[in-house]
Amino acid sequence: MSAKIDLDNVSCDFGSFRAVDNANVSIEPGEFFSFLGPSGCGKTTILRMISGFINPTEGAIRIGGKDMRGQRPNQRPTALIFQNLALFPLMPIWENISFGLEVRGVDKVTRRKKAEELLELVDLKGAADKMVSQLSGGQKQRVAIARALAVEPSVMLLDEPLSALDLKLRQHMRAELRAIQKRTGVTFIYITHDQGEALAMSDRVGVMSQGRIQQIANPRDIYNAPINGFVAGFVGENNIFDGKAAAISGGMAGFETAYGTLRARINDDAKDKALRLYVRPEHTLLSATKAAENSIPVTVSEVSFEGAFISVLCHSDDGKLIVAELRNDGSATVPDIGTKLHASFDAARAALLPDANVRG
Amino acid sequence: MNDLIRRYGVTITALMCLLVAFWLVMLVVVPNITLFEQSFRPYLPVVEVGGPKDFYSFGNYAKVFDGSIERTFFGYAYTIPVHVMTFGLTIWYSIVVTVACFLLAYPLAFFMAKIANPKSLPTLLLLLFIPLWVSEVLRAFAWWIILAFKGPLNALLLAIGAIEAPVRWIVDYDGVVIGLTYTYVLFMLFPIYNAISSLDTNQIEAADDLGASWWRIHMRIVLPHAKPGIASGCVMVFMLSAGSLLVPSILGSTTSQWFTQTIDQWFKDALDWNTASAYAFILLLLCTVFVSIALKVFKVKLSDIAK
Repeated sequence: MSAKIDLDNVSCDFGSFRAVDNANVSIEPGEFFSFLGPSGCGKTTILRMISGFINPTEGAIRIGGKDMRGQRPNQRPTALIFQNLALFPLMPIWENISFGLEVRGVDKVTRRKKAEELLELVDLKGAADKMVSQLSGGQKQRVAIARALAVEPSVMLLDEPLSALDLKLRQHMRAELRAIQKRTGVTFIYITHDQGEALAMSDRVGVMSQGRIQQIANPRDIYNAPINGFVAGFVGENNIFDGKAAAISGGMAGFETAYGTLRARINDDAKDKALRLYVRPEHTLLSATKAAENSIPVTVSEVSFEGAFISVLCHSDDGKLIVAELRNDGSATVPDIGTKLHASFDAARAALLPDANVRG
Repeated sequence: MNDLIRRYGVTITALMCLLVAFWLVMLVVVPNITLFEQSFRPYLPVVEVGGPKDFYSFGNYAKVFDGSIERTFFGYAYTIPVHVMTFGLTIWYSIVVTVACFLLAYPLAFFMAKIANPKSLPTLLLLLFIPLWVSEVLRAFAWWIILAFKGPLNALLLAIGAIEAPVRWIVDYDGVVIGLTYTYVLFMLFPIYNAISSLDTNQIEAADDLGASWWRIHMRIVLPHAKPGIASGCVMVFMLSAGSLLVPSILGSTTSQWFTQTIDQWFKDALDWNTASAYAFILLLLCTVFVSIALKVFKVKLSDIAK
């Protein structure tokens, strides 16, 4: 039912533009894998190469160990869910769902039965004879999933399928998609530019920029241990400091900045690159007294209430913006605007990271 | 109406309405009503017009049943009024032209809408339009030359070895069908092109991804979507073909007769405008009925075509 997907040194050129550059990734059977990146980063191109609509310029794509070169989309064990779903508006729902079976010569009774089963699976019982136009956005979504599942693919490819839905429904469908994936055990490859979606649903995430896969890791590591500045910036907010690394020992380094020497984590292979210090706003603490290390005097310039948290915008003496986020649980006192405080952070929570891995 | 008056003032609005009304009434309605009225009156010498012999009847319409001839159809002999036969053949060959236009236009329309590079589309459209800059008469004569027994088509086919002896193209209705297909194929192409252009390419890809062959993609996805366009193309080509006089006159053979030619002969050779009018209304009415039935059979609504 599910298959392993390997991309070996896959590149794809459109004329002189390299859309995907040397992508290497192994996706395990039954895994929920997301490609995350801004638009134009090459993630959709990867998806279309796996489904067979585009051929890689270089490299090989293997599904279940079998090289897919020369295989048409209708010969591959993949099912693609399009961004706009691409349901067939002239067919009733059950025919939409059983279209893949129809082209395989399955008889009408079996098709109808299978369609009903799948409708039950996606929680849409009784919609079989409706037309596409009679369904809501979320229901169409489920029909698209059912239609893809009907052909019993080894791999489901999803191209930002939730982007057209409103926020509440999107959050609901995230859980739904995840549940369907667990129930069916099919390998899901999910494309999105929404880091929240990718982090919430995936077993592993591949973050992409400018055609290159920057980092492949589980969602926690992507957020907590980003490999470079691009990943850190794409999956969350950061306070960023320029400076120069010195005195590296035991995975920690001193970092000489305009605010003195700050300490942060460093990866061994990043040593010789140009580095910047990244620390998340929720790891940035504000206190009236100077902290033992990594402390910067600041003035509160704005307090922005976000609901679950409170964002405190501060400026250092030389005008640099530093943001700290306080949890809205009553534990922290919200400072007044103009208060002079010290911003600080735990060295283990800050990282020295190089810029994105892009083609020079 | 109020909106028009507010925008353009009473004078211009009145002028526009009058001009449109003039065009509709004087150039469309009145001539047709005149012919319609005449079609029920006998053809009489001028002195007898309005006399006792001048009364309304279906006599002119009944004339299509005059003068039967004997024909055989797959060995089965039968007699049929000659004008009814002409009418039947006109309808039949108009259907042939419509089908031929569809078979030519559909692949080309699909190519233009979904495969061709959008950048080269204007050039493609221009190439299709250039022949329209030449008068229909000249184009029909051009085909007459091309299809001639010692013409360029036979010369070409002989040269490349496709045929061993020259072919007579302008026999029976062959020349008429070729000429009409050429003349009206664009009326089929553009509605289908518009319809297919509006089809979301993702649907084609989705069907492909679900394992459909290209044949099934066309049968289940593209054709149903393009049906209103195809229907409107078919209606236009069929009506224009059945009503065409020029092409059958020029590209017809000794054994071909188009119903419009019969009408033309009543008008111009017999000078019997009354019977000619009756025949013209028979053609109009029966073609309309035929098209309505065809639309019903293929489950197309008129409102779909208008889109």
